[in-house]
Amino acid sequence: MMELSLTVNGRRCTVHVDPATTLVEVLRDELGLTGTKIGCDRGACSACTVWLDGEVVASCMTFALDARDKQVTTIEGLAQGEQLHPVQQAFVEHDAMQCGFCTPGMVMSCAHLAERNPDCTLDDVRGAVSGHLCRCGAYPNIFKATLAAAAAMRQRKGGNT
Amino acid sequence: MSASDERHSRTVLTGIVGDTLQPIARNIPVGEPPELPPNSELRVIGKRVNRVDAVPKVTGEARYTFDVQLPGMLYARIASSTVPHARIKSIDTSAAEAYPGVKAVHILDRVLSIAQLRDPSVEANERFPLVRYNGQPIAAVAATSMRAAKAAAKLVRIEYERLPHVTTLEGAMADDAPVVFPGPTEQAATAGGGGAPPNLPQKGNLRGPARGGLGGGGRGDVQQGFAQADYIVERDYRTQVQTHTPMETHGLVADWRDEELTLYASTQFTLSVRDEAADVFKLPKEKIRVISEYTGGGFGAKFGIGNYGALAIHLSRKARAPVRLMLDRREEHVSVGNRPSSLQRLKLGARRDGTVTALQVESFGTGGVAAGAGVGFAHTAMYAIPNLSVEHYDVFTDAGPCAAFRAPGQVQGIFALEQALDELAHELGMDPLAVREKIDTNDTDDARARKVERRIGAERARWSQRRPTGADQGPVKRGIGVAQSQWAYIVHGTTTCEVRIRGDGSVVALTGAQDIGTGTRTVMAQTVAEELGLRADDVDTRIGDSRYPAGPASGGSRVTSSITPAARNAAYLAARDLAARVAQSLGASTEDIIFQDGRVFARGRPERGMTFVEAVKTANFDEIVHRADRREDYDGYRAKLGDLHISRHGIGGVQFAQIAVDTETGVVKVERIVAVHDCGRPINPKLIESQIYGGVIQGVSYALYEERHLDPGTGVQLNANIDQYKIVGSRETPAIEVHLIEQLGRQSSTDARGVAEPANVATAAAIANAFYNATGKRIFTLPMTPANVLAALRAEDQPEDRS
Repeated sequence: MMELSLTVNGRRCTVHVDPATTLVEVLRDELGLTGTKIGCDRGACSACTVWLDGEVVASCMTFALDARDKQVTTIEGLAQGEQLHPVQQAFVEHDAMQCGFCTPGMVMSCAHLAERNPDCTLDDVRGAVSGHLCRCGAYPNIFKATLAAAAAMRQRKGGNT
Repeated sequence: MSASDERHSRTVLTGIVGDTLQPIARNIPVGEPPELPPNSELRVIGKRVNRVDAVPKVTGEARYTFDVQLPGMLYARIASSTVPHARIKSIDTSAAEAYPGVKAVHILDRVLSIAQLRDPSVEANERFPLVRYNGQPIAAVAATSMRAAKAAAKLVRIEYERLPHVTTLEGAMADDAPVVFPGPTEQAATAGGGGAPPNLPQKGNLRGPARGGLGGGGRGDVQQGFAQADYIVERDYRTQVQTHTPMETHGLVADWRDEELTLYASTQFTLSVRDEAADVFKLPKEKIRVISEYTGGGFGAKFGIGNYGALAIHLSRKARAPVRLMLDRREEHVSVGNRPSSLQRLKLGARRDGTVTALQVESFGTGGVAAGAGVGFAHTAMYAIPNLSVEHYDVFTDAGPCAAFRAPGQVQGIFALEQALDELAHELGMDPLAVREKIDTNDTDDARARKVERRIGAERARWSQRRPTGADQGPVKRGIGVAQSQWAYIVHGTTTCEVRIRGDGSVVALTGAQDIGTGTRTVMAQTVAEELGLRADDVDTRIGDSRYPAGPASGGSRVTSSITPAARNAAYLAARDLAARVAQSLGASTEDIIFQDGRVFARGRPERGMTFVEAVKTANFDEIVHRADRREDYDGYRAKLGDLHISRHGIGGVQFAQIAVDTETGVVKVERIVAVHDCGRPINPKLIESQIYGGVIQGVSYALYEERHLDPGTGVQLNANIDQYKIVGSRETPAIEVHLIEQLGRQSSTDARGVAEPANVATAAAIANAFYNATGKRIFTLPMTPANVLAALRAEDQPEDRS
C-alpha cells in the first residue's frame, strides 16, 4: 500500500492503494465517484473516460500512480453547480442516451472535443467517440447534441469571429 | 378501480391519423376514462418531452447496480469451467477459503437458465452438475476486495473427467455427434419470452419439431399450395450467434438478512428477480425486495437471478454481509445469453400475379445448452398465406445458453422470409412492394399500418427512382432494398400504477417496473401530467422497486402499452377526486372541472380558475392516493401465456436500406436507412426515435459485423470482449431517417404500443435485399463479412433476374 495524492474535480485527495490500482478503481471504490463506469476493463469501450490534466484518458487503463499530483476531471465535475456543461445540456435536449451507462464517458469525450474545437464537424464528432461503445445505439443523437453544443459554445465565445 | 367486467358500448374513432379515421362501436369496460383525441389536440402526450431522468444520466448521478456500495459490502468472482463438457470429479476450495480477505465460498448445486432433463434421475447420482460448456459457472468467492476475490477464485481447484463435446450446429446434427444432454429436456418459458414449447420429441441433440411460435402453427396443405404455384423459390439461409453485450454486465447485489433479502438488480423485470429468488431459496415473496433504479441495457437477457445472482445470494447468506457480483465482459459474452444461430430452408410458391400459395419452413438453430432457438412467428402472423408449414428444431451444442434477444426468432425468420419474397418478386418481374401489397392483407392494425408505411417510405427513399439490379459498372456497387417488420402487440396482464397528490401540490406516480433505457419514467410522467394538466417534469416518478405496485417486464415491447393505460387510469381517478373537492369553490359541477396548463378551472371559464397547487390547498388534504390497473384490451386477446397477453393485432414497420458494396474487398457499407414505424399512439416521438435508431443500428451491426466465434477444439469463445466482437460504432452508423405514424387502435385508454422490437427486425433483410439490387447476387449468410460477401459474389448457384 502506498499513499497517493491527486486532485479530483478541483479537490485535493489522498488515498492509500497498492501500485496495481487503476485510476477508475480509485475514483469509484476509494472516492465513491461512481459516475465513471467500467464496461470492458481493457480500454475498448471508453465508458471509463475522464480527463487527466485536460486530456481524455481511459481510466481503466491508467494506473492511479500515473495520476499522482495531476488534475482529474470526472463526469461529476463537469457541471458548474446546477449549471450543466453545454454538452450535458445538449445531451438532455437531443436525447443522446438510452440506458445511460456509456453516457458519462461519451459526455467527457464530446465535451473535450467541443471545448477544444467549437468548429468541429460531424466527422470530428464521429472520430471523438469512435472508441466509445453505445450498445443502445444513441449515436445519431450524440452527433446532433455535440454539434449543437459546439455551436452554442461558439456563439457564447461570440463577437471575435 | 373495480375489476368489474361490466362493459358499455361507445362509438370511437379508430384508424391512422391523417389517413383513415372511422367510427366504430367498442365495448369498453365501465370506469375507463374517455378516449383521448389525436395527439395534435393534447398538451403533453405525443410531445417531444425531454427524458425525465436525462439529467442524472449526464451528470453521473444515476445509480446502476454496478454502482451500489453498501457498508461492509463484499466483492465476488466466479470460478468457471475451463472445459466444454465434463463430469466434475472433485472441487477443492480450501486454498480459496484460506486466501486473505475471503469471507465465503459457494459451489453451485443447480445450474439455472439452461435446458433441464425431463427425467432428472438420469443424472441424480452426479455429485456436481455436469459441465456442458466452457465458461459454465461452478463456484464463487466473496472477499473484502475485488482483487482478493479474483485471486481466490483462481485458487478453486476443479478436477474434470472430460467428455466428448461438440460446438457447431452441423457437428451436433451428425448421427455420431457427442450428445450434450443424455435424455429429453424441457425449458419453461420465462418472463423474457425465452423457453421452448413443452413435450417435444428429442433425438440426440435435436429437439423438435416445434410448429410455429406464439400461438402459430401450420395451416392448409403446402403440397397443394405448391401445386398451384407458377414459381417456387427454395433457398437455405444461415444466421450467426449474436451476443447481447449490454454496457452494464449482468449483476446483482445481494443483502441477506433474517428479516428480508434485498436484491439490487440490473434487470429487465424486478418481479422475475423476486420470483426466481423465492423459488431457488424457498422464501416467501414478501420477504424479498428487489431494487433496480437504473439498468444499463438488457436487450432480452436480463431476467431472473441467473447463476450469478444465485451465487451472490448464497455468498451473502454465508458471509452475513452484502455481496456484489457483476460479471466481467468475458462472462457476459459467454454465460448469460445470446441470439441463437439458424439454418433455415424456405420454400415459397406463388402465382404469376404475386399471390403466395404456400410457404414451407424447416429450420435448425442452436442456443447452446438452452432450448428455444426458433425463427419467430412472422410466417404465421404477417401475411395472408393460405398454406403454411413451419417446423423448427433446437440443436444442443456445448456452448453458452441462448436467451431472448430483441425480437427473439423474428430477426432470424424475417431475414430469410423477406429475402425470399424479394427474390420471388424479381422472379415474377414485380416490384417487391407490389408483392407485399398483394399478401400483406390481414385484418390487423399492423397490416393496415404497413400499407401506409410502404407509401411513406417509398417516397422518402425515392423507391420509384431505384436503379436496375447491378447497375454500377465500377467495383463499388450501390443498391437499395426494402423489408418489412412485424412483432406482437403485447400487454403485461398484471400492471398497476399508483398516483398520489400530496397536500403541497406535488404529484408522485409509482410502479415496480424498471427502466432499461426505453423511457419508463418519462412515458408514465407524460401520461399522468396530461390528465392533471401539468408538465412531465412536475410528476415525480418512482419505479424499479418490488414494493411498488406491480409493473410490467421490459421485454416484448410491452412497457408503454401496459403502463401508460394504468397510469392514465390512476391519474384520471385522482383528477376526478380533486375535481370533486374543488368544484364548489369554482362554482361548477365536478364533471366540468378542467385541468390544463397547470391550472384548474370550470369549463368555459379559464380566467376564473386557480393554479394546480392552489386547487390542492383549497381542497385541503394530506394526500389523495389512487391505484388503477391496466384493463384488458377492449377487443380482447388472441392468447394469454401467463402475464403475456397477446393481441390479434401486431406492431411493425417498413425499412429501406441504401448500401454500397465494394466487390473487390467485400466490404459493405450501409449509407442510409429509412425506417417508418407504427406504435399505436406515439407517447413521446423523441424517445421513440431514439429506440428506432437503436434498433436499426443493432440491425446493421447484426447484418454486417457481429458473430460469436468459438474454438471448436476447446469451446472457448475467441472474441469474448468488445474489441474483437465487432459492433457498429460511431463511424459505421448510417444516416437514419425515422417516420412515425399515429394509429389509434382504441384498445386501451392510451392507445400506446411498443416499438423496440420491430425497430430491428427488418434491418438485416432490407440490407440483404439492397445487396442484391447493388450486385445482382444474393447473400444467404450472415454476417456480411468480407469473406461471406466475396463467397456470395463468386457463388455459381444464383437467381436469374427477370425484372
